[in-house]
This record gives sequence, structure tokens and C-alpha cells, in this order.
Amino acid sequence: MPEQTLAEAWGLVPAVLGIVAVGVVLGVVVAAVDRVVVFGASGAVVEPIRSSARLLAEQRRTTLAPDRLLWRIGCVAVPTLALLSLAVVPVAGRTLWSTSADLVWFNAMEALLWAAVWLVGWGPNAVHALTGGYRFLAQGLAYELPLMFALITAGLAAGSLRTTDVVAAQEALWLVVTMPVAFVVFVAGAAAFAFWGPFAAPAEADIAGGVTSELSGVDRLLVEAGRAVFLGASAAMAAALFLGGDSGPWLPGPLWHLLKTLAVVAALVWVGRRMPVLRPDRTVEVGWMVLVPLTLLQALVVAVLVLTGFYA
Amino acid sequence: MLSDLSGWAITAVAILGVLSVAAGVAVFVVDSMARATFALLASFLAVAGILLALDLVYLAVVTALMMTIEMAIMAVFMIMFMMNPAGLMPMTMVHNAKGSAAVGAGVFVLLAVGIWTIDWPTMNPVRPDDSTRQLGEAIMGSHMLVMLVIGIGLFAMILAGTVLATARGRYDRLGPGLDAEHPDDPVPGGLRR
Amino acid sequence: MTAELVLQIVLTVAAGLIGVGLFGALSQQTIVMVMMGLELVLNGVLLAGGAAWYFLAPELPDAQVLVVVALVVMAVEMAMGFAVTVAFYRARQLDMIDMASDLRG
Repeated sequence: MPEQTLAEAWGLVPAVLGIVAVGVVLGVVVAAVDRVVVFGASGAVVEPIRSSARLLAEQRRTTLAPDRLLWRIGCVAVPTLALLSLAVVPVAGRTLWSTSADLVWFNAMEALLWAAVWLVGWGPNAVHALTGGYRFLAQGLAYELPLMFALITAGLAAGSLRTTDVVAAQEALWLVVTMPVAFVVFVAGAAAFAFWGPFAAPAEADIAGGVTSELSGVDRLLVEAGRAVFLGASAAMAAALFLGGDSGPWLPGPLWHLLKTLAVVAALVWVGRRMPVLRPDRTVEVGWMVLVPLTLLQALVVAVLVLTGFYA
Repeated sequence: MLSDLSGWAITAVAILGVLSVAAGVAVFVVDSMARATFALLASFLAVAGILLALDLVYLAVVTALMMTIEMAIMAVFMIMFMMNPAGLMPMTMVHNAKGSAAVGAGVFVLLAVGIWTIDWPTMNPVRPDDSTRQLGEAIMGSHMLVMLVIGIGLFAMILAGTVLATARGRYDRLGPGLDAEHPDDPVPGGLRR
Repeated sequence: MTAELVLQIVLTVAAGLIGVGLFGALSQQTIVMVMMGLELVLNGVLLAGGAAWYFLAPELPDAQVLVVVALVVMAVEMAMGFAVTVAFYRARQLDMIDMASDLRG
């Protein structure tokens, strides 16, 4: 039987609040690192909080004949799903809730996030937002399968879909050593799902901000925060699945996990901000024709290693 | 999770059940095609929630995953083909609504009568520790034939779907002699094949 | 509440989904909406399969495998439905099943 979940250890309400707090902090960290990389160090931590407060106070503008119901659902769903994907990421060695299909849960939350972003684009009844939504559908579909294979590869090596089991399987060797392709694809796929960095075409300037073009006030805050939280959650997940989670000498485990998460965030932002935005019609073919076979090969290699007893 | 359904779980199952049927009805009631698609997704997610309460974690999560992807693609087709995608000009596109309603209601009544009259054998079944492991061992062991047939079926589906949906063949892409340097595609890809 | 009663409630919900789905599949005129109806019927099958596993035979994996098969059937139905719709639309600029009859002969 697996060890306790956070909900069992702390009680349900404190555990949920704790995960929400972790998610918000991760989001602020991503925004702050982003600001440091783009603008230099001045006011890096204060600025995301200040602009959040400004967006909270801002009055919402609207468009002609929007689909208000779906628009609101999409805007609320983006941060909610980002937080829900954090529910299976180990924090202090435990996940908020633990199932026998944690990795699939994380993937399902990503897929729901994908649909929610399309709703954000559909809702305002505006051409640029809808164009961005469709771009995101095509891009997300192309990166969904490689991401799925990357997640499953980690589960394959550990012989379990439970995140804590995957972390426990890395005591001897970090999984990134035997599955570098899966690690890179996972991080890139996470960036593609947060339409961030080189994958930001759905929200790019050539379509006036795309899915985010008609967002204002609280709605914009929710969507932007959701993107940041999702990137942070994915970085934490990457650290847990591929970089050994909380294993490391001298320091306590949770601190190691935090440091690794920060390293992934920093690397992601540093590389992502130095790349141009990629055109989706180009990258989508790369996703289908290169990444899918590559991740399948990676899974094959790992499967053979499992059969030889390499991970046992 | 719940080995015996607690009061909370029964309440959740009941609420989700009502929700799934209500969302299912909404699919055919709302004018907006986007709303209809996402109402269907809501129905699927409610069913996934019930499966979660029934200890079928993997199937619940996979249902949510697959149906979300399906419905997002469904939305594209709904909006592409339907005459009234956003529901701004309400119209009804039905035939034989009364007969269909009669058939639907008749089937429901028939099933319900069966459900409430059969004496179900629910006496203390033995529960496995891990339903996901049980399923995995079944499809990779005793039920492997099912998985093989599914795999072949899906492969056939990919081929058939592509053949039906695309109007362009290799001669359209590479010219009559199949010797063009780069294929002539309406949207050029990133690999310049 | 006894397990049997809960099973009957869940199965009734599944029957409701199947009934609503059948109504939709039979009454809708456009191919895409017919597919939505069929999906709803299969949704009921998923629920009934899950309930059968939990309440009747959790020691056997058969009901779970049935749910997997239903999921795959859904995916196949979607993909082939869209492919046929695209082919049909390309041939006739139509998406209504009533007008598919003019493809005859």
C-alpha cells in the first residue's frame, strides 16, 4: 500500500489550501523568473503581484454577443485545471491525493486545459481570439501524444502510474539518464500546453494577442495565472518524474525538490525566452512526424531496459 | 478509495448521475453548437466522476482524457459543418421527433423495468487491491486477444479515415511522375519533405 | 442503503443516457449531431459497465475490458463519422443525412 497522501496527513481542507498556496507561489516564481530573464532583476517578485492587483481592480470590457457562459467557464477552468494537475505532483514527498493512475490524471488535466483554452478563444465572439483558439487546438493535438508517451515512459520504468512510486524508483539513478528524450519532450510539451515561449503562437502579436486578446480584468488574471501555475506545476512534475524528486545528499528532501523545480523553471524560461515564436503550421508537423516516433523509440528502449532488470 | 460506498459517495453518485442525464438532454436542446458539444463533454465528465467513485480510477481518468480530446475536435467539426454554430439564429434541424422520442422513452422504460425487477446478485464480492493493475494484467494476459483486435481495428480506422477524408493522393502532392523536389501541399509543413 | 439499490440507481442513470442518446441519434438531421447521440448511448454503456464491475463482479476484469472496448468504439465511431462527413461534404456540400439518399445509384 502507498504511503499517506497529503489529504490524509493534514486533513482535506488544509491540504487543499496548501496545494493552492504552492500553486500560487509556483506561478509567481515562474512570472518572476520570466521577468528577470526578459527585463533584468528590477522588481521581479513585486511586479507579478502588482499587475495581478491592477487586473483585479480593472473593469471588465466585453464584446458584441459573446458566449458569456462558455467564456467564463473557460477562464475559470484554466487556473483550476492547473491547480488540479498539481494534485498529483509530490509536495514534501506526498501528493494531495494518490491514485493508481496519477500520470494519466496529470495528462487528463492537460487535455481539459487544452479544451478550456479553446473556450477562452471561442467565448468573446471575436476573430483574433477564435483564430488563436484554433491554433491552440492544432498545436495541442500535435503535442498531446508525445507528452503522453513521455509521461508513460516514466511510469514504465517505475512499473507504476503512481507519482510517488516513480519518485521512489529513482533512488539509485535519475530517470533522465535513461530517458533524456522523454524529459525534453515533456518539458517542451508542457510549454506548448501553456502556449508559452516558442509555442506562444496562439497568443501572439500577429493576431493581436490571440486567445488573450479580448480578456480583461479578472478574466485575464485567471488565464495568465493559470498559464504560469501550469508551467510551474509541470516543472515540479518534471523534477519529480525525471530528476529524482526529493532525492539528494545533505539537504532535506523537499528542499531538493524545490531546488530542482527552480532549476527546471529557470532553464525553461532562459531557453524559451531566447527562441523565436515558432509558426504552428511548421511545428505541428514536427510534433507528428518527429516527436511521436522519437518518444515511441524512447519507450521501446526503456521497455527493453525494464526487461533486462536495469531498474530493479 | 472507497471499498464500500459511503453516504458521501452515494450522494455524489446521485448528483453526478442527474447531472450527466441533464447535460445529455441539453445537447439536443441548446441552440449553440459549441454549447451542445461542451454539454456532451459535461455528461462524459459526470460519468467519469461516477466511475471514480466506483473505484475505477484508471477508466475514469482515461474517459475524461479521451472524451475531452474527442469533444474539442468535435467542436471544430460542429462549427465547420453546422449552419448555426453559435446559436445566434435559432433553428431546429430534426426529423420525426415524436417517433424518436417514443423510441427513446420506450427503450428507457424497457431497461428501467428490467433494472428494477431483476434480483441482482450483489452479495459481498471480493474486491481487488488495485483496479488499474487488474485491468492491465487482463489486457496483457487473459484478455490479450481483445487488445490485439482493438489495435488492428484502430489501425484500420486510421487508414480508412485518412482515405475517406483526404481528396489528395501522392500524385497531387508529387506530380504525375512522383519526382517533385518538394510536395505541393496547401499548407507546407516544417520538415520540407 | 443496500448495494443493490445503488446499483439500480446507477443503471437507471445509464438507461436514461441511452434513451436520450437514442432520441438524439434518431431525430437529428445532421450527421455530426447523430454522432453526438451515438456518443451519449455509448456513455450509458460506459456507466453500466463500470457499475457492473463494482457491484456484480469486481473480482473479474471482464467488465473493465468491456468499458475499454466501449471507449475504443467511441473513438472509431468519431473518426469514421468525421471522415464520412468530410467525404460527403466534399462530394455534395451537404451534411444532412436525409440528403445522403441522393448518393444512391
